[in-house]
Amino acid sequence: MENAIEVRDLVVERGRRRVLHGISCAIPAGTVTGLLGPSGSGKTTLIRAIVGVQIVKSGTVTVLGEPAGSAALRRTVGYVTQAPSIYADLSVRENTRYFAALYGLGATAADQAIVDVGLADAAGQLVGNLSGGQRSRASLACAMIGTPRLLLLDEPTVGQDPVLREDLWGQFHALAARGTTLLVSSHVMDEAGRCDRLLLIREGLLIGDDTPAGIRAAAGTQDLDQAFLRLIRGREEVHQ
Amino acid sequence: MSGRILFATTGRILRQLRHDRRTVGLLIVVPALLLGLLYSMYHSAGPTFDRIALVMLGVFPFVIMFLVTSIAMLRERTTGTLERLLTTPLGKLDLLFGYGIAFGLAAAVQASVATGVAYWLLGLDTVGNAGLVVLVAVVNAVLGVALGLFCSAFARTEFQAVQFLPVVVIPQLLLCGLFVPRGQMSGWLQAVADVLPLSYAVEALVQIGAHADATTTMWRDLTVVAGAAIVALVLAAATLRRRTP
Repeated sequence: MENAIEVRDLVVERGRRRVLHGISCAIPAGTVTGLLGPSGSGKTTLIRAIVGVQIVKSGTVTVLGEPAGSAALRRTVGYVTQAPSIYADLSVRENTRYFAALYGLGATAADQAIVDVGLADAAGQLVGNLSGGQRSRASLACAMIGTPRLLLLDEPTVGQDPVLREDLWGQFHALAARGTTLLVSSHVMDEAGRCDRLLLIREGLLIGDDTPAGIRAAAGTQDLDQAFLRLIRGREEVHQ
Repeated sequence: MSGRILFATTGRILRQLRHDRRTVGLLIVVPALLLGLLYSMYHSAGPTFDRIALVMLGVFPFVIMFLVTSIAMLRERTTGTLERLLTTPLGKLDLLFGYGIAFGLAAAVQASVATGVAYWLLGLDTVGNAGLVVLVAVVNAVLGVALGLFCSAFARTEFQAVQFLPVVVIPQLLLCGLFVPRGQMSGWLQAVADVLPLSYAVEALVQIGAHADATTTMWRDLTVVAGAAIVALVLAAATLRRRTP
């Protein structure tokens, strides 16, 4: 299968601290890959490097065959930051229409994205007046407009109602079925089972890169939370 | 740059402004009120009021748009929308010229109201045309926008951003020729005043005050101010980084 993302020996330093210690991985096109790890493990930094907004120390990141951050990728890569980055003083509809216009798309594409994230009832409301969960869905809608080839989502389901979370995961798989590659970060393990592939990251190191079934088998447990723990312990024993 | 994206960005900024009714109210009413204050200080219309009010019609939009824009751009940075925009097909100049045009249009409304009040209610008297006064005010507002966009790159908080007002705006105000004519300043001060764009805006207004028709000096001054605005916008573009540490 063709890879949508290829990361080789990626090292990133922020301030004087080394955040990513030589990460290498490949993400196949048309899959939903979960990027899992505790807060501060380097998930956001890795996503930023793939978007091409992160200054990297060394290593390469190739996205859809181009170096990360290339001008050509700006039309095909959608990125949703952890904190909703949309205009609080505009309505949901005004936000999505603006982002649609940036991609050369009209009101129909913008309105469809609002429906897809379940915000049709709040379309006319100012983003500043929405709840945290609604706000991050509005931010997600702006990235889903026009079906990008790669969608990078940094903790998109935090604070969402369980039913909505279910819907969102349904949306992610529907997008993947249409050929979009998704990389979704989360620190919640119960979301890991919904992914086609998992990247487990801890303290800037990749400690697992497999399908959920593969990770369960390697760790010898059905519970992914336990599996993550065993992978960490296993590495620590190797170091000692 | 892309016409479509520039147009969408200008529209988006104006929509944000429209949702903020109090800001719109302040933008329109405050300059007119300040002119009224000036009128009361000099008891009535007259040569002194004419001289100062005319200059103020150009200075108010400059100061106000500088402040409004530096905060607006700082918000784009702190809320993450700037980083996000730079991952889309939007060009840096689309964003900066979008701000220039949107706030330039807001300044046109502001300057028209202030100029209307000055001429019709307060009896401001100039030899030249009031329409030219509005034109200078708008170009000057765009200069304020451009400098605000540039300066916001050097501020990380709102507290820092507002501190650029005394640094960037007040020296220009002091040296623009309103308090002491530029010709009477000592050599080095005059040299400084000669490179500050506001000096040219004020000279253009004084020309309108004294001549019935637009003079070549006025057009030259206006070109200098517009040129300085373009230079500041391009410099501001250089401060926008797609990759950050």
